Amino acid sequence: MDIFYKKYIEKIIIIFKKEFRSYFNSLIAYIVLVVFLLITGYFFAVPLFIINQATLRHLVNLLPLMFLFFIPAITMRLFSEEIKVGTIEILLTQPVNDYEILIGKYIAGVVFISVGILATFFYPITLIFIGKLDIGQTIAQYIGLFFLIIMFSSIGIFGSILTKNQIVAFIISFVICFAFFIIGKLNMLVPPVFVKLVDFIGIDSHFENITRGVIDTRDIIYFLSIAGLFLISTLAIFRSRK
Amino acid sequence: MIKVENITKFYGNVCALDNISFEIQKGEIIGFLGPNGAGKTTTMRIITCYLSPTKGTVKIGNYDIIENPIEVKKCIGYLPENNPLYDDMGVIEYLEFIADLRNLERSIKKEQIKKVVNICGLKGVVSKNIGELSKGYRQRLGFAQAIISDPEILILDEPTSGLDPNQAREVRNLIKELKKQKTVILSTHILSEVQATCDRVLIINKGKIIASGTTDELQSLVAGKEKIYFEIRSNKDVSQNLAQIKNIENIVLIKKEDSILGYEIESKIDIREQLFEIAVENKWIVRDLHQEKISLEDVFRKLTQET
Repeated sequence: MDIFYKKYIEKIIIIFKKEFRSYFNSLIAYIVLVVFLLITGYFFAVPLFIINQATLRHLVNLLPLMFLFFIPAITMRLFSEEIKVGTIEILLTQPVNDYEILIGKYIAGVVFISVGILATFFYPITLIFIGKLDIGQTIAQYIGLFFLIIMFSSIGIFGSILTKNQIVAFIISFVICFAFFIIGKLNMLVPPVFVKLVDFIGIDSHFENITRGVIDTRDIIYFLSIAGLFLISTLAIFRSRK
Repeated sequence: MIKVENITKFYGNVCALDNISFEIQKGEIIGFLGPNGAGKTTTMRIITCYLSPTKGTVKIGNYDIIENPIEVKKCIGYLPENNPLYDDMGVIEYLEFIADLRNLERSIKKEQIKKVVNICGLKGVVSKNIGELSKGYRQRLGFAQAIISDPEILILDEPTSGLDPNQAREVRNLIKELKKQKTVILSTHILSEVQATCDRVLIINKGKIIASGTTDELQSLVAGKEKIYFEIRSNKDVSQNLAQIKNIENIVLIKKEDSILGYEIESKIDIREQLFEIAVENKWIVRDLHQEKISLEDVFRKLTQET
C-alpha cells in the first residue's frame, strides 16, 4: 500500500495541494464563490417564498446553465497561466510524470467547484426544517451535479492546455460545454429519427435521469467517458508540446 | 557524465539544432556561448527533458532522457531562461513545493531549505510572497530552487541576464562556490562571464557547435598575428612612413581627432621596438603604444560571423 502510494499517488497529491491552495491565494476564488452563492441563493429563495414549494428542482435545473460559465472560469487558468508565465518548464523538469500533473490539476479543479456546491447544502438543510423534502431525490440531484462537474471540468482543462490566453481558454471550453448542453434541448426540434441520437449526445436526458433518482450505469458511463475522452486529449496535446 | 549524441531538433520546418554532439565530464563547468537564437536554450531544454529531440540521444550517467526521464530529472537542477516563478506563492511555500516534487524526506527537506536560504541569501525575504520580490531576489530564489535537492548536475540558462553588475557578480560567486562538487552547464552571451567562471566553452551558432575548448585554446584559434595600437600626435597621416617597417601586414587609421592619430597595425612579429625607433627618428610625440591581446570577444565575433 505504501509503495503504491509512493509510486502513483504522492506526486498527484503534491500537485493537487499546490493548485488547490493557489485558488485561495488569489482573490478570484472568493469572488467566484460569492457570486455563485448569490445567484444560487436567489434562485433557491424565489420559488420557496413565491410558490411555497420545499424543492430544489428549480435550482438544480438551473445549475447546468450556471456551470457553463463557472466551470470554464475556474479551470481556465490551470494550464494557460503556467504556459504564459513559463512555470510549466519548472514543473516539467521536476521528476514528475505529465499525467500526474494533469490529474493533480484536474482534481484540484473538481474539488474546488465541489466546495462551491457543498456550500449550497445549506439550502436543502433549511428545507428539511420548514417543509417535507425528498431526501433521496436531493442526494440524487447532488450526485447528478457531481457528474456534471466531472464532465465540464475535463472540458475546461482541455481548453486550458490549448492556449496561453485564459480568455481564449474560457471561450473554447464554454463553446464545447454549450454544445453538449444545447444538443440535449434540441430533441423537440429535430426529425424523429435523430431524437435518440440527440438524447444520447446531449447532457439533458442523462442529467435528468440521475436527478430524478434513477441512477443508471449508462448515464454514469456517459459522463465518465466524455470526461475521459477530454482528459486523454488534454494529455495528448500536453505531450505534443515537447 | 553527460553525453550528447547527434542531437537534431526541428521546430516545424525550422532547424534549431543540427547534429550536435559533445561530452561533459564530472565536475566540469561548461559555458554555452552564442548569439541569441543559436540553440543554447534548446540544447538545455533537451538535456532537462523539457523538449524531446527530433533525432539523437542524450545520456546522463547511465540514464537515457527518452527511456528514463524521471531518473534523469532527479539528478538535474535547472534554472530556466527568464526564471519563471509562481507569483502567488510564498518563498518558503515554493521551496517546499519543489522539495516535495523532488522526493526529499521530511527531515532532510527542512534542513535543505535552511541551507539554500543561507547559501542564496534569501533570509530577509522568507516571509514574503514571490510577487513582491525584486529581480535580484527572484534570481536567487530560482537558483535556490535549482540546488535544493543537491543535484549532481546544474543547468543554468542565462543566470545573470537582467541583473545589475553587483548582482551578476554575486551569482557568479555562487556558481564558483559550487564548482568543486557539481557539474555545471551555463549559457550566456556575456563573454567575461565565461572567462571568469567556465573551464570549457562551447560556441554555438545557428544550431551547430563551431568551436569548443578552454578559453586559452579558443584564443589561440584566431591568434598567429600580432595586433599593435600606436597613437601619436602629428599633423599629417604617417601611414606611408610606417609601411616601410618590415613584416607589417596591415595598417588601419582608426582614430583621428585634431592632430591625434591612432593606428591599428597587424604584423607577423612584435614590432613595437621598430615603431619606437621610427617615432624617435621623425620626432613624433608618442601617446600610446601597446600590444592588443586577442580577447574571447574577438574569437567569438570572428567565429560567429564567418559561418
